[in-house]
Amino acid sequence: MEAFTTHTGRAVPLRRGNVDTDQIIPAHWLKKVTRDGFEDGLFEAWRKDPSFVLNQPERQGATVLVAGPDFGTGSSREHAVWALQNYGFKTVISSRFADIFRGNSLKNGLLTVVLDQKVVDALWALTEADPQAEITVDLQAREVRAEGVTAAFELDENSRWRLLNGLDDISITLREEGDIAAYEATRPSFKPRTLPV
Amino acid sequence: MARTLAEKVWDDHVVRRAEGEPDLLFIDLHLLHEVTSPQAFDGLRKSGRAVRRLDLTIATEDHNTPTLDIDKPIADPVSRAQLETLRKNCADFGVRLHPLGDVEQGVVHVVGPQLGLTQPGTTVVCGDSHTSTHGAFGALAFGIGTSQVEHVLATQTLPLARPKTMAITVDGELPDGVTAKDLILAIIAKIGTGGGQGYILEYRGEAIEKLSMEARMTICNMSIEAGARAGMIAPDETTFAYLKGRPHAPEGEDWDAAVAYWKTLRTDEGAEFDAEVVIDAAGLSPFVTWGTNPGQGAPLSAAVPDPATYDDASERLAAEKALEYMGLDAGQPLRSIKVDTVFVGSCTNGRIEDLRAAAEILRSRKVADGVRMLVVPGSARVGLQAVSEGLDQVFKEAGAEWRHAGCSMCLGMNPDQLAPGERSASTSNRNFEGRQGKGGRTHLVSPQVAAATAVTGHLASPADLAADVPTPAGV
Repeated sequence: MEAFTTHTGRAVPLRRGNVDTDQIIPAHWLKKVTRDGFEDGLFEAWRKDPSFVLNQPERQGATVLVAGPDFGTGSSREHAVWALQNYGFKTVISSRFADIFRGNSLKNGLLTVVLDQKVVDALWALTEADPQAEITVDLQAREVRAEGVTAAFELDENSRWRLLNGLDDISITLREEGDIAAYEATRPSFKPRTLPV
Repeated sequence: MARTLAEKVWDDHVVRRAEGEPDLLFIDLHLLHEVTSPQAFDGLRKSGRAVRRLDLTIATEDHNTPTLDIDKPIADPVSRAQLETLRKNCADFGVRLHPLGDVEQGVVHVVGPQLGLTQPGTTVVCGDSHTSTHGAFGALAFGIGTSQVEHVLATQTLPLARPKTMAITVDGELPDGVTAKDLILAIIAKIGTGGGQGYILEYRGEAIEKLSMEARMTICNMSIEAGARAGMIAPDETTFAYLKGRPHAPEGEDWDAAVAYWKTLRTDEGAEFDAEVVIDAAGLSPFVTWGTNPGQGAPLSAAVPDPATYDDASERLAAEKALEYMGLDAGQPLRSIKVDTVFVGSCTNGRIEDLRAAAEILRSRKVADGVRMLVVPGSARVGLQAVSEGLDQVFKEAGAEWRHAGCSMCLGMNPDQLAPGERSASTSNRNFEGRQGKGGRTHLVSPQVAAATAVTGHLASPADLAADVPTPAGV
């Protein structure tokens, strides 16, 4: 996973709540067996509309998505995170993320930032008025900064440490091999098995 | 200290707990399918890792599988490649696989319970959000992303922060003609698509206790549509009776030991939930969705709501956009909505009781002219059971299409899709824009409402058909 320390970029204001992962990446894209090449599928249905915010010339190259509440609901597809990253987004800001999407994003180095809806409103107003306005998401300081906006955000220390260092979860867990083996030795014999012992 | 059901199951799976870190949780059962696993197996290959517990891992094919001509090569080369990738990965790593054509193939959340692999007090994960289904057995079951799939394959554990708990108590009895699907749609409409966010839900109360295992699965299945991490129901005699004798259920002394443990899996008297919701079952009636998220629903007897009456600005905007997408007018009676397609199936409502309920309504009736009805069993075994009961004949005689098992039109990854602008009554779980096909419009309904809708051609409940029933001769 790529480390995330701090990022500054232009924004895409997405004034929509309840953006589900079927909208972020429709199911027919899920037939791919790689983690890349999803950028053209990002918000595929909405992008057919020329007035959709992502299609605006001044939004090209933007790296910060400022979304409405309940972003990433529905399907567990990690492809939604890959599509956002493949497209070029480094961070997503919303007042509330769906649990599975949030977990997926943090495991891939896409920083999902929870801010109060009032702050999201301010970021929308700022970036709609000035498409060149930049937003800084600083994970070291746990702070989002933009013109006229300074807002602290929360992220648990463990997730922050993993993101700042770009650490791979599996190698961290495999350090606990002794604990896993010890737990396995205590499992009752009635627990289900998919294969004969 | 008094604990909730979720806390008990969680505590029993903690491999490692340390201050300031997520708990490391042991996973009892890992279900795999073709869509969310290829990149995980790739990751294992790249790092030279093996599957740690092949005996706790099982795979099947469901999302991409066609429901017609399953003995022929899959027409879509991309779908075929994904299924072939799963077959290769399972062969290379030694994972048990039930491929298309196998008697145990089917929607992964129908297959696990049917084999008796889903058991009370277990942790179950799958790269699919509807893994919450398995919580009906008192298992802690949740959907995970592909990075976590790889993590479980490699370590049989997951680092997780413990969610909060929410009790959803359903008092009283469901009135006649009101099903588990109506209940869960009403619950989601009440608490909202984000209402369960950060919580494990425990469904409890008289109405829940009276539900069959399959109905409980319908309830827990849609926990994710309320934003919850998982949904659970305490195991009881209904659960034990369902499991007894299934291929992977414990036997002999193991059965006795298991039941003794399972009986401890109840929320203790005095245990505290972080949130509580109470629903009165007696006040419920058949429930359908009108919008583009599962929380946008109303009783079938109601009308399409007027967005102007919403106080919350973002909800008003969402309702306006939903009506526009759905092609509906505020104030239009829900019963007046005409459909083109009826879909009965999915991990929500593709089990034998669902097919029986739909068949019962269609017996000696016809699907309305111009309406296409697809009946897709949740698994090959459910299909066989339906055939042995003659349900396939009932569907065919009514004019419905009887298909092979899979996810099918629930998400339209296979050829079973809505055309742009087409409208469905669907027993599945998501009415998102384009979910069942680009531009498709979905109304979520119970199997009973689906069948009655197929007969009338517009959203209807079986009660609306009463007048159609032919009077028996001599009366």
